[in-house]
Amino acid sequence: MGGGLYSTGKKEFDKNLDITRIKPYGDTMNDGKVQISFTLPIEDGDKAIYAAIDLSKKMGIEDPSVVYHQFLDDNFTFFIIYGELIHTVDVTKIKTESVKVESMTMEEINQYINENIKRKLIVIGATTGTDAHTVGIDAIMNMKGFAGHYGLERYEMIEAHNLGSQVSNEEFIKRAIEIKADVLLVSQTVTQKDIHVKNLTNLVDLLEAEGIREKVILICGGARITNELSKELGYDAGFGSNTFAETVASFFIHEYLNRKKKNG
Amino acid sequence: MIIASKLNLNFEFVEKARSIAKLIANDIQIFINNHTTTTIERTICRLLGIDGTDEYGVPLPNIVVDHVIKKGQINKGVALYLGNAIISTNLSPQNIAEKICQGQLIITDFPRESLSEIKMALSSIIKKNLDVIRRNRQKREELIERYGEKIEPLIYIIVATGNIYEDIVQAEAAARQGADVIAVIRSTGQSLLDYVPYGSTTEGFGGTYATQENFRLMRSALDEVSEEEGRYIRLTNYCSGLCMPEIAAMGAFERLDMMLNDALYGILFRDINMQRTLIDQYFSRMINAFAGVIINTGEDNYLTTDDAYEAAHTVLASQFINEQFATLAGLKEEQMGLGHAFEMDPNLENGFVYELAQAQMAREIFPNAPLKYMPPTKFMTGNVFKGHIQDALFNIITILTNQRIHLLGMLTEAIHTPFMSDRALSIENAKYIFKNMKDLGDEITFKEDGMMQHRANEVLNKTLELLSQIEKEGLFKTIEKGIFAGIKRPIDGGKGLDGVIQKDKEYFNPFLEQMSIELNLRGEK
Repeated sequence: MGGGLYSTGKKEFDKNLDITRIKPYGDTMNDGKVQISFTLPIEDGDKAIYAAIDLSKKMGIEDPSVVYHQFLDDNFTFFIIYGELIHTVDVTKIKTESVKVESMTMEEINQYINENIKRKLIVIGATTGTDAHTVGIDAIMNMKGFAGHYGLERYEMIEAHNLGSQVSNEEFIKRAIEIKADVLLVSQTVTQKDIHVKNLTNLVDLLEAEGIREKVILICGGARITNELSKELGYDAGFGSNTFAETVASFFIHEYLNRKKKNG
Repeated sequence: MIIASKLNLNFEFVEKARSIAKLIANDIQIFINNHTTTTIERTICRLLGIDGTDEYGVPLPNIVVDHVIKKGQINKGVALYLGNAIISTNLSPQNIAEKICQGQLIITDFPRESLSEIKMALSSIIKKNLDVIRRNRQKREELIERYGEKIEPLIYIIVATGNIYEDIVQAEAAARQGADVIAVIRSTGQSLLDYVPYGSTTEGFGGTYATQENFRLMRSALDEVSEEEGRYIRLTNYCSGLCMPEIAAMGAFERLDMMLNDALYGILFRDINMQRTLIDQYFSRMINAFAGVIINTGEDNYLTTDDAYEAAHTVLASQFINEQFATLAGLKEEQMGLGHAFEMDPNLENGFVYELAQAQMAREIFPNAPLKYMPPTKFMTGNVFKGHIQDALFNIITILTNQRIHLLGMLTEAIHTPFMSDRALSIENAKYIFKNMKDLGDEITFKEDGMMQHRANEVLNKTLELLSQIEKEGLFKTIEKGIFAGIKRPIDGGKGLDGVIQKDKEYFNPFLEQMSIELNLRGEK
């Protein structure tokens, strides 16, 4: 097994880029090269290798090559496989759902709020439910921020309240009402068994029951959060990892003003 | 082994820092000694053999303690009433608990015997149950003796499937691949439960519930693998949250080998009331000291919210404070797995050099402590290939500076709880580096007056300043101000304050008394 360092196989496929039929790229257009790795619950040996090859073929991989297999335990074997994917995708038909905002700087945001809203926006944030991770909410809210991007606490025109982690949805809403929050930020890191989906849905239900869902801007974030999922769950936006405070702030100030316009 | 200082550390400052930390801890210890908590009282129940639940799953130790609370007598302690009830009823503590549960007995209603008679009535049960813990300690020592103790860093991995039986499959595989310590991560949110779940469990989020039965199942599986592999595989769990001493007691009964048991972690990262945590950690650590368990502290967590370069002195200050609280609870240096972490920003120029200096600094300041060194987490991303390199750099620091408890980094840290293969790759990475660089640390000296020597002494100086400031203001005030991890906690805020109880003059905790004697703590008070 294994093609060695240099591929000597004939390359008899169309090497022109066609964005209606895009496939993975190794070192030649349309070669379809992919790497995959997985573990099978089976004893290491010839049978296991053939099982891995057959499985790869079913995934749509042509000429799968098991470049490495390793004993993990009596009945577990790890595989690294290279091969050529037969599938293609038409890029022209894809609609993206990521949040479209022109990100402003902290100074621009402060100025914008000052001129257009003329008061501080009140933002409340927390990691809700049993989730104990503060990494996400801290990155957006802490004075220090993340990777050189200051958090909302440093924004002059934003009054930021970071409740930390393991805040129940009930407590979160109670505090949001108390401080008259304009924007609610919810962070979720633990996603095992879709606990984040249940928790995020529950928050929307409770906000609706309180009759304040439409009065606030509701945003969630986390490593496994997409804007698409967030909208589905009833949020105004969702941000994934490597999002900075200014992106989130740029979104909610525009959303705030848009709503104001709509409601006269 | 005498390690000559590579960092040219100012050891006068080290000793000064240590003595200030001692003052800080002693100040809080006065407060601790005057208080007990609901979980400490439940621990006494457990150590007296009370176990099981009622038909709704409420643990009997909770039922007994709540019963005494309802009678308004908890400030005298459950031991007093259990001992008194034994004299009148001649029943075991377990039988008494069952009768309380069924509403057939009111524990505060019996005629009061003298304190000495009550203590006498408890003494044989105390001896019998402490013997179980003594035998566990002995058995661990025998097994380590038989298999031989590993000299190299202990490879510590976590399992977190939520299902104890699946955890066992993962743990056995990891042990065969080379893991020396298995930690069963607890279910998200368990630290905030004011009771300990019962029995074996197969459902948990982000981890598996810590229960005594789960401890037993895992210990027994690891004993088998230890035998197979000819290596003693250690088992770890978490004495943090609202049930610290109860978990310690359960671990002592089931021969766990390590326990996370920080003095401040719960306050900062779980928003548990500071009075509650400080009182709880004392008894919890004493049980661990008695059971021969190595505790791990959680300073690494500071660096997940604070910057590893700028906040390095808060880690060292906390290690000094943790060391003193541990000493007060009877832990030996060899049982103090003081924590720190590899969390330098990968974009920081010379980040590795500073990290190497800081890790060496921890090694030299706490020469006998089995330091617990945590892998990169904050700057791990979905780029598993880079992640594998970040972990490799971390592995290099461990072997160069002789860290003891090496919490293995996973290339998929930022993505999911580890797959079996993630663990295998990470163990392979660590073993490769540990073997190839085994004696490199001994061959290296650091440049006189170079950036590493400067860095370490700079951190030490700032630590000394911080400790002096804490000593002036007191630890409670310091935490209120947000000095550690940038997190502020009010003295009467957080969870669990309602479980803090001022002791009556009649109060006694027979286990604390007995363990204090055996840990030679009596003379110091």
